[in-house]
Amino acid sequence: MSRVRIRNLWHQYGDRVVLERLNLDVEPRSFVAVAGPSGCGKSTLLRLILGQERPSRGRIEVDGRPLVPEPGPERGVVFQRYSVMPHLTVVENVILGLEFARSRLGRLFGRARRTAMAEAEHALEQVGLIGVRDRYPHTLSGGMQQRLSIAQALIRRPRLLLLDEPFGALDPGTKDAIHRLVIHLWHASAVTIVMVTHDLREAFALGSRVLVLDRVRSDPQAPERYGAAVTYDLPLRRSASEVEEGRRPPEPDALEVSGLEPAREVVRRRGLPGGEVRAASR
Amino acid sequence: MLPFLAAAALYMSASGVRLAANPDDKLMPGPGAMAAAWRSVALEPDARSARYVFWDDTAASLARLGAGLGIATALGLAAGLVIGMLPHVRATLAAAVTVASMVPALSVLPILFIALGIGEVSKIALIVVGILPFLTRDLAQRVAEIPEEQWIKAQTLGASSLQVALRVVLPQLLPRLIDGVRLSLGPAWLFLISAEAISATSGLGYRIFLVRRYLAMDVILPYVAWITLLAFTFDYGLRVLRRRRYPWLEAALAR
Repeated sequence: MSRVRIRNLWHQYGDRVVLERLNLDVEPRSFVAVAGPSGCGKSTLLRLILGQERPSRGRIEVDGRPLVPEPGPERGVVFQRYSVMPHLTVVENVILGLEFARSRLGRLFGRARRTAMAEAEHALEQVGLIGVRDRYPHTLSGGMQQRLSIAQALIRRPRLLLLDEPFGALDPGTKDAIHRLVIHLWHASAVTIVMVTHDLREAFALGSRVLVLDRVRSDPQAPERYGAAVTYDLPLRRSASEVEEGRRPPEPDALEVSGLEPAREVVRRRGLPGGEVRAASR
Repeated sequence: MLPFLAAAALYMSASGVRLAANPDDKLMPGPGAMAAAWRSVALEPDARSARYVFWDDTAASLARLGAGLGIATALGLAAGLVIGMLPHVRATLAAAVTVASMVPALSVLPILFIALGIGEVSKIALIVVGILPFLTRDLAQRVAEIPEEQWIKAQTLGASSLQVALRVVLPQLLPRLIDGVRLSLGPAWLFLISAEAISATSGLGYRIFLVRRYLAMDVILPYVAWITLLAFTFDYGLRVLRRRRYPWLEAALAR
């Protein structure tokens, strides 16, 4: 449960401006889905919030304090790939966070290990992986690996969970199941979630608020001169139970929300039927 | 297996032809002569020292090889870990290690003999000097290959640098270390036998270079076969160890 406040954020690599004048307030307990064309700086924004990179200008505050400029246990993360440790079994991957917290050398023994093991098994039950607790990640499907990564990230009870295109590589059926799981965990763990996705449908399916990043200004002679900012900010104000029950797979057109018009606009501008945004960038 | 049988058959026929022309020929002894020579060094005590020369040589060589490999492995692992994990150290040392790995180790041998004497230490040092730069560079490279996502993930799980080293990097480095040692076995034997050939009083390399003076092919050939067998056994053992202990590795490499 964290409040994130971003003020006048700029980020650039050399001359290439990625983000400019970005302002954002993320309320505690919200689920912010960030969409936009590829290369628009979604993942950069996530890395900045994660503390993996420092912004060129501007400030990021978490719960009123300046962001600690390196990744830490108060911010969990799930990446699209390489997100679990290949050399640890499923249960060892989950217990790892507890071992880091409770042992200087990062390894628990005896009773402390059994206690942590029980917690890890509980977490695995929640994500439906208890049956494969002793297998190595490479023997799991992509969807199971991402479930594992989520369980691993949540074991330290972070207040903020950052998801970087976590389900981009999954097939549609697997995606639906894992979407339900994420929604469930979001409610169960009272965590604030910021998710980056290139899939608008996914953004609307999961988020309690959808942000679209894009370049506000552009110079055809120097396409990298200007960075992206928040171009659409759509609070969906959905009740938790509505999402969880999975009624009405949310489509941009079906949503009765105040920000609907801009959403349609985004989709139309990209010339896509409410789905992928990625292909149409620039 | 077939190429070895073919080579053996070829040798036997050539040896037979030479022995038919000259029963005292020393260059291509028959299997009987080699077996007899091997028995005399391996199963009968030496007339002067009352020791079993073959086994003494084996023990001396393996002790040197083991010490050299052990020291190089420990140092290489530590150095590789530090160079791979700490950007500052990498910036300072990586180029130096690269240059050091270009120094032909055998050219350093005279220096080692002068500095360390001609005893055991200089032979072990030659093996270490010969393979340490390669091992260090290889392991540092492996550390650098660990995806950044894993480092970040570990940090978000609250890991300190020490914990990352112990639980994330080191366990993934150990199987790569086995690979590195396997690749180093050939050079290690080379350095060992070179050092023994130049200055030693026992050892497999010492022996074959000693009996060379008497054209004693009947001793040299069994020794070469034995060295080959030892080297192959180590390589095979390490390969099996890697497969058994690190079942996750093949998949990790395939990605």
